[in-house]
Amino acid sequence: MTDVPARLPARSGEWIDRDRVVEFRFEGQVYRGYAGDTVTSALVAAGRRTLGRSFKYHRQRGVLSLANHDVNVMVDDGQRTNLRADVLPISAGLELQAVNTKGGLTGDRHRHINRMAKLLPVGFYYKTFHRPRRLFPFWERRIRALAGLGTIKRDAPRVETPKRYDFCDVLVIGAGPTGLSAALAAANNGAQVVIADENARAGGSLTHQWAGDAEAVEIRERLLSAVDAHENIDLRTGTTAAGYYADNWVALVDDIRLSKMRAGQVIVASGCFEQPAVFHGNDLPGVMLGSGAQRLLHRYAVRPFQRAVILAANSDAYRLALDLVAAGIEVATIADLRTEGETGPLAERVTAEGVVVRRGCGVYEAHADKNGELSGVVVAPVTAEGEFDLGRQESISCDGLLMSVGWTPAANLLYQAGTKMDYADAVQQFVPAELPDNVHAAGRVNGVHDLRQQLADGERAGLAASLALGLYSGEVPEQPRHEGGSPNHPYPIFDHPKGKNFVDFDEDLQLKDLLNACQEGFDNIELMKRYSTVGMGPSQGKHSNMNAVRILARHRGQSIMATGTTTARPYFHPVPLKLLAGRSFNPERRTSLHEWHRAADARFVHVGDWLRPEVYGAADTNRPLNELVLKEVTAVRRAVGLIDVGTLGKLDIRGPDAAEFLERIYTGRFSNVKHGRMTLALRCDESGVVTDDGIAARFAGDHFYVTASTTRSGAVLQDMQHWLMRWGLDATVVNATGHFAAMNLAGPYSRHVLAELTSADISDDSLPFGGVATATVAGVPARLMRVGFVGELGFEIHVPAQFGPAVWERVMAAGKQFDICPFGVEAQRILRLEKGIPIVGQDSDGLTNPFEMDMGWALAMSKPFFIGQRSLQILQRRGAERVLAGFSLPRDGNAAQVRESHLVIRDGEIVGRVTSVAYSPTLDRIIGLAYVAPAQNLPESTVKIRADGGVLRSATVERLPFYDPDDLAQAGVASLQEVS
Amino acid sequence: MPLGLLRFAMSKKHPEPRMFREPDALKAAYDVVIIGAGGHGLACAYYLARDYGITNVAVLEQGYIGGGNTGRNTTIVRSNYLTPEGVRFYDESVRLYKDLSEDFDLNLFYSERGHFTFAHTDSALSTMRWRAEVNKHMGIESEVVDRDTIQQACPELDLDCGGHLPVMGALYHAPGAVARHDAVAWGYGRGADQRGVEIHQKTRVTDIRVEGGKVVGVETDKGFVRTGKVVSAVAGFTPRITEMVGLRTPITIQPLQACVTEPLKPWLDTILVSATLHVYVSQSSRGELVMGSALDPYELHSTRSTLDFTESLSGHLLDMFPFLSEIKVNRQWAGMADMTPDFAPVMGRTPIDGFYLDSGWGTWGFKATPVCGKTMSYTVANDREHELIEPFGLSRFENYRLVGEKGAASVGH
Ligand SMILES: Cc1cc2nc3c(=O)[nH]c(=O)nc-3n(C[C@H](O)[C@H](O)[C@H](O)COP(=O)(O)OP(=O)(O)OC[C@H]3O[C@@H](n4cnc5c(N)ncnc54)[C@H](O)[C@@H]3O)c2cc1C
Repeated sequence: MTDVPARLPARSGEWIDRDRVVEFRFEGQVYRGYAGDTVTSALVAAGRRTLGRSFKYHRQRGVLSLANHDVNVMVDDGQRTNLRADVLPISAGLELQAVNTKGGLTGDRHRHINRMAKLLPVGFYYKTFHRPRRLFPFWERRIRALAGLGTIKRDAPRVETPKRYDFCDVLVIGAGPTGLSAALAAANNGAQVVIADENARAGGSLTHQWAGDAEAVEIRERLLSAVDAHENIDLRTGTTAAGYYADNWVALVDDIRLSKMRAGQVIVASGCFEQPAVFHGNDLPGVMLGSGAQRLLHRYAVRPFQRAVILAANSDAYRLALDLVAAGIEVATIADLRTEGETGPLAERVTAEGVVVRRGCGVYEAHADKNGELSGVVVAPVTAEGEFDLGRQESISCDGLLMSVGWTPAANLLYQAGTKMDYADAVQQFVPAELPDNVHAAGRVNGVHDLRQQLADGERAGLAASLALGLYSGEVPEQPRHEGGSPNHPYPIFDHPKGKNFVDFDEDLQLKDLLNACQEGFDNIELMKRYSTVGMGPSQGKHSNMNAVRILARHRGQSIMATGTTTARPYFHPVPLKLLAGRSFNPERRTSLHEWHRAADARFVHVGDWLRPEVYGAADTNRPLNELVLKEVTAVRRAVGLIDVGTLGKLDIRGPDAAEFLERIYTGRFSNVKHGRMTLALRCDESGVVTDDGIAARFAGDHFYVTASTTRSGAVLQDMQHWLMRWGLDATVVNATGHFAAMNLAGPYSRHVLAELTSADISDDSLPFGGVATATVAGVPARLMRVGFVGELGFEIHVPAQFGPAVWERVMAAGKQFDICPFGVEAQRILRLEKGIPIVGQDSDGLTNPFEMDMGWALAMSKPFFIGQRSLQILQRRGAERVLAGFSLPRDGNAAQVRESHLVIRDGEIVGRVTSVAYSPTLDRIIGLAYVAPAQNLPESTVKIRADGGVLRSATVERLPFYDPDDLAQAGVASLQEVS
Repeated sequence: MPLGLLRFAMSKKHPEPRMFREPDALKAAYDVVIIGAGGHGLACAYYLARDYGITNVAVLEQGYIGGGNTGRNTTIVRSNYLTPEGVRFYDESVRLYKDLSEDFDLNLFYSERGHFTFAHTDSALSTMRWRAEVNKHMGIESEVVDRDTIQQACPELDLDCGGHLPVMGALYHAPGAVARHDAVAWGYGRGADQRGVEIHQKTRVTDIRVEGGKVVGVETDKGFVRTGKVVSAVAGFTPRITEMVGLRTPITIQPLQACVTEPLKPWLDTILVSATLHVYVSQSSRGELVMGSALDPYELHSTRSTLDFTESLSGHLLDMFPFLSEIKVNRQWAGMADMTPDFAPVMGRTPIDGFYLDSGWGTWGFKATPVCGKTMSYTVANDREHELIEPFGLSRFENYRLVGEKGAASVGH
């Protein structure tokens, strides 16, 4: 292909750059266009008419609207699919295929489906394939393979994109005459204005519909240069306002990013979508919307055909005729559906050009040549009811048929904003009747079709927005009133015995499909949509919804208003997942000791967002993990170990009401906790279910330091803030989780180690079990707490996070003489299990109450109030129906393994489940916790657990704790002899 | 092509009658009034007529048939719940679903795809095992599977999810299915209509008249109707109805959102769920990826969409399927989920004589549509709870006999 036959001589305002020829491939063939061309414009310029295949019948399709939602032509570039060819710019090396063909566009092996259309009435798939049932999977595979459009690319890369948070005083959606004048009016009052327009260039209808009109072109240039020069206006082309969300939060989408715009005022000046007429053959390549042809002519200097017929119902059709004539296209006739036709200077100019106008006529049918493309039409007189007088029909040959019968507002964002729309008879379209605060509509979307009125309406909206912003205090003019005939035909829809009169091009729906849906009872707009799928295709009904409403209204003999519309949901155009996703944000939290752990070959485990060492030395693959864990356990029991507990939630609660606040939040007593002491902080929800536990240490009368579990600390904090506000107590909660590094030094020698680093008295007398103190540890101010989670003498040391590594190193150094061993969460789990301490979330579930966990002792039932108290009173009276019990099993490598979540079975029924189970090196047997019936909780009796492979194993019930029942070790009174 | 389709080519006129009539006006009285023509209300009407011969029934619908959550849900049907009560109940529903297309002579596209719930952590894996154990005990196909098995079923999946939160295993439920949601409502509607039930669309119940603790009728925007029995099957509108009879329930309304991509040729055959990544996805028979996430974390009686929903969902979907970066999201929407504290429904009689509740369906009620119809019709006809719904009575919130489905419901649907 060397020459470009359909390309017109250069014209002012064209969007192509003739100095840059671009070569690309479509369906294996090489094409050339110019930089600035879209795929569609370049293909049409090269003389192609058939550009795609339809969704269901695989019919040949060409340009319909070229209005950025022309899904007649969707292509695949090998990396991406379902790309709208009317927006995709050509670029060197592009290799494109039409989507949804089998074996290419021309030879598409599915094209025979078109001939079977009669077998496939609306909703046919509901009516068959289900009998017999066993055959359905067979049919389903076939149906699924026919559905769908493009094909995924399994090896396409993950694309990360930036995102932007944006703000402006006024967001104007649409850079047509209305939007530009609105923006100027607002900006002139001092507002910061952003204009978003999906097209590559600004100007809207001034770049197609009005582009042949000298005066309009002058207006365009004036507006654009004023906008360009205005420092308050940021004009963003190639940017779609994809969705409107609460409080003027608008998703702006361009090729690169999603911008989230919070706008003070939103002016919707998004114009209209031109609508097709419905007649036999209205989808043949060569039949297109008038504005589509004008886009080709004015933006891309492409002449899509030689001889045209125009199906008209408004004055836009006459401007179109003049544009065609000026481009050297023969206009065979204008068939004007209106009996009165067009009058006035415009009509006179058209007649003067020698164009024959047939008033009160319509297109009865369009014909195809042997290539399946438009070759002619039958025009005949038609009544307002759509009856053709076929006796007076006339065949006219043509290769272009333009539909200029009306528009429907691009009101998608207005609907999303909650605008109430009314059907205005004067313009035969929906217009905003009640707008939400801070949202404005202007121009054609507002029912204003006259160019000069659009300028005025834009200015009105710009002033109204300025007024609302307090930037303007003058008058806001009235909205201009529509004069003259309606630009929109009330019913451009014509029956035909052979059908193929398409209402929905995306979904291949013909007039009879919608009528049949009505016949079957789907005769309200929502049901019709759902049954017929009208409006559900990729263009979301931009070409079909209004005609569907008209068809239904007429069928039911009711008004358009009474018929209503379907809901317009985001997105305006489909938005790529990559833009919504942006850069993947998966926060990962590390304690200040993380580097040390890494250097010590820790294997990490995710605990919520946090990374915690699971076990150390795991890089040494010669030693089984299990052995490493057991080594850590033994070190803590025999000597001393150190664990990073910095991920615990840490909340500083201060204020005169701090104690009172905790009394209400937690189940225990706090007012009487002495300074320098701590107590268990157990939380329940209103229904008495255990939700979290931690400790609450009192450092002063009005200061508590509370811990929460790693994964729930965020929720705990949120909940606390909620209740603080509701109760109006005088206290504050500060999230100190990240402020402190925290480590637990545990084991018989822990006091020896700590004593080397602090001069504080840490003897039992001044820091007994349950005691807390502030002290200097390794030269750093620290909070010390004597805790016993692992069942040994132990100290929790909290220091400012930045000193964490230094203190940790010092502790490790001081512990060297005792063979101190860092330990991870795996060892900790075994240690606490040996001590019989349940973990909330692991050993409890969404219904567990404290009585079932044997934690009734932690409830101060007699205090005036705490969350969950009322429920717990009832539950206490009723008594626990299951209890958490300890059990043990002999270590037997051959026996079926018991795992967490295996069920406890009694008389064939489920009575509970195993919540924790592990081999205890200290006790040399397998120990665990399980829910059992209260009657089963008898030490030395047996319960049945359904183990791996469904094998029932007998476990021995044991009294808790398994280890050190007299708490001598954590009290620090166990003898050190045997271990040293 | 099945021969059944030939009749459409043979006859000149479209050979199909109305699926449901359009009754002119409300009668003065009905034996039973059902509020809500979602799947549940219509199924109740269908079985009342079919199994109990109770046909003097009106289903009153403020909007249109199936326009509530029935038409908004992501259509996952499964029975791998956590409690024996739940498993028994949903299993009956799955059994009914399998025969429904044939019963209705309407193809519901009931498609058994297999349902994977991913575990990304040890504790999740443990919960999966718990469910599998309970399920197997109850005779449900349900097992914990390893990474290889998942990869075989879905070769496209990045099991490492981009490196953070790798999938460790999954709960696999072979009978897990999807279906055409609207068609379920239409099938029940047509069946009920054919048996004499009246379905009144665009008819809103504005009040319920109770005298001496007994229901005597309902007020509507089209006038008063006498009846001794009212079934509320209004999902996200439940609090507004219970308020009419002065009944307190712990039901709260939270938005639940969903979205679909543009249509794609079939590639995803299974249903995948990750509670950790807050995403679940299946591919519809039209080729769209149907996706959802967790509940919005606040009460709101509205069906507005939010941008953060698709933002976070897209991010997590791409963690699983990075190659979908250029695939586009077509449409998003929301429904109002009627949530209960224990993620189990509230069903059966109430302290008000003649007022029956079918509610608390939250994010999981589509799969229960058939069994709800069966059990509610039994309950209304006999004025006694069907045994399958006994655990779901409203009184359990006073007696502390909660059902505890939280671990199996939420994002799993
Ligand atoms: C996004 C989303 C995804 C979901 N995904 C799943 C899933 O995958 N699997 C699953 O099992 N469940 C899912 N669910 C839950 C499921 O959709 C619902 O639980 C189920 O559809 C409820 O059906 P229903 O018939 O009870 O209610 P609805 O279908 O909501 O019907 C209630 C009807 O009552 C009408 N009504 C209300 N008030 C009045 C009144 N005063 N007068 C007259 N009529 C009234 C409403 O208009 C509505 O049509 C999902 C829900 C949502 C929102």
